[in-house]
Amino acid sequence: MKVNIKAKIVKKEKLKEDIYKYAVEAKQIANDAKPGQFIDVRVIDNIEPLLRRPISIYNIDKEAGILEFIFQVKGKGTEILAKREIGEEIDIIGPLGYGTFEIKDYENVAIIGGGIGIFPLYELAKELKEKTNTNVHIYIGFRSKNFVVLEEEFKKVSDELTITTDDGSYGIQGFSINELKKDVEKKMPNKIYACGPLPMLKAVQEYAIAKNIPCEISLEEKMGCGIGACLGCAVKTARSPKDAPEYWHVCKAGPVFNAKDVEI
Amino acid sequence: MNTEVNLAGIKMKNPVTVASGTFGYGREFADFIDLNKLGGICTKGTSLKPRSGNKPPRVYETPAGMLNAIGLQNPGVEYFMNNDLPYLKKFNTAIIVNACGSTIEDYVELAKVLNTLDIDGVELNLSCPNVKAGCLAFGTTYEGVKEVTSKVRKVLDKPLIVKLTPNVTDITSPAKGAQDAEADGVSLINTLLGMSIDIHKRRPHLANNTGGLSGPCVKPVAVRMVYQVSQAIDIPILGLGGITTGEDAIEFMLAGATAISIGTGNFITPDTSIKVIEGIEHYMKQYEIDDINSIVGTVQMN
Repeated sequence: MKVNIKAKIVKKEKLKEDIYKYAVEAKQIANDAKPGQFIDVRVIDNIEPLLRRPISIYNIDKEAGILEFIFQVKGKGTEILAKREIGEEIDIIGPLGYGTFEIKDYENVAIIGGGIGIFPLYELAKELKEKTNTNVHIYIGFRSKNFVVLEEEFKKVSDELTITTDDGSYGIQGFSINELKKDVEKKMPNKIYACGPLPMLKAVQEYAIAKNIPCEISLEEKMGCGIGACLGCAVKTARSPKDAPEYWHVCKAGPVFNAKDVEI
Repeated sequence: MNTEVNLAGIKMKNPVTVASGTFGYGREFADFIDLNKLGGICTKGTSLKPRSGNKPPRVYETPAGMLNAIGLQNPGVEYFMNNDLPYLKKFNTAIIVNACGSTIEDYVELAKVLNTLDIDGVELNLSCPNVKAGCLAFGTTYEGVKEVTSKVRKVLDKPLIVKLTPNVTDITSPAKGAQDAEADGVSLINTLLGMSIDIHKRRPHLANNTGGLSGPCVKPVAVRMVYQVSQAIDIPILGLGGITTGEDAIEFMLAGATAISIGTGNFITPDTSIKVIEGIEHYMKQYEIDDINSIVGTVQMN
């Protein structure tokens, strides 16, 4: 069940100049949350900024009742959120989203992420490792060395970790999808999970469909409410006839979709 | 202490309703609030046939407000009556169906269907700024509102409220059109047409280019219009536009609204409507008001 709670910040960590990781006490949300879901955060008790900020869940600790989320400071909302301190309470709604990453026993899976899109992939990889015997290969790409985050964390929840940077200043030079493609020739994954910038998602979607590999992608779109009421976060379905587009919603049907189902 | 109101023939336990397009058909909020506590629910704008809505991005945040251009995405009245109405009927709250169409014939056909349903009233949406045909085309003039409202009136026995657009020079003119067509009430305001530009891309933020502005930033405009309309017509007013607190709701009632709607406030926090109900009760205690109806339209102008 979705709940609206005041969650106490118990840990705050600055991962990069503009990237923060918060741990909050949120027993019920932690208990119910599934990988791929998100929370909607009211950054401050005010009418400005007006709307909540949807933020993906990074790590769920069900036993301790703790949720962790990571965000980048991008505008006035996240700027205010970044100023909140340990001991303060923040107003959150969660867990949100119905389309979640599937946790199932596969032989091999590839998890691919780029930039700040990698955060929801951690809980996915963690649960695959904890609950299944799946061989997990994670590919994460960043712009350059300065942007690389969470390397150790992702190493712990994978059998293999490939890091790429666009400029080659760290790991392998190039896009993570190119590394995935090289590996697919040797070892076909039973499934690809992806989250990241739109061009990356499009490339992954196209490739997975061409190779007939089941693929789940996590999408984002500007949201009004996060709970399925405003119908703002529309995403076009792949089965849409040309002259009559059909829309689903990221917060209702997603944020995780079967790559075959959506046109991005 | 009496909070019961009669809005255009719709009896409600309190003057607080939730606005069309901000509350779906109720389900989305049932995890957070007791829907039985609401005076009424104005449903998502519902048309005769399903509508797919506009391209994304459909929403964009603005100072103390937001722009939206959803484009009336809805599953159509047949789906509503089979799937959403049975759900809504489980709750003890007034059900007001927001009805939209592209042509006068659409509105009339839809009204015929709605007339057969177990609902408390119809809110005729003549004011959505985000669809090309219908709605706004009829909603901006005295003649337009009167024509479509009177045709709907002929086939609808249920309470009929006409939702008005603020995107006009003089809102009392379409309001009079509604009254002269024998509508039972009017609701105002719908969203204000706005635009916001991404200066890096040099393009509007919304795919639809323009969208409807809502939220606390529009409240003074809405209060002014409710006051003007209350001076111009005799039928009851459902007031809305940026209400997030009990104090806001009282302001609308003093200006002349018999009841109010919470719209964008539902997005800020899902229990805004409940907090508004509590806030109204608090105000009544503070000023020893026995009957909420006694304050309607009692603002004294300077």
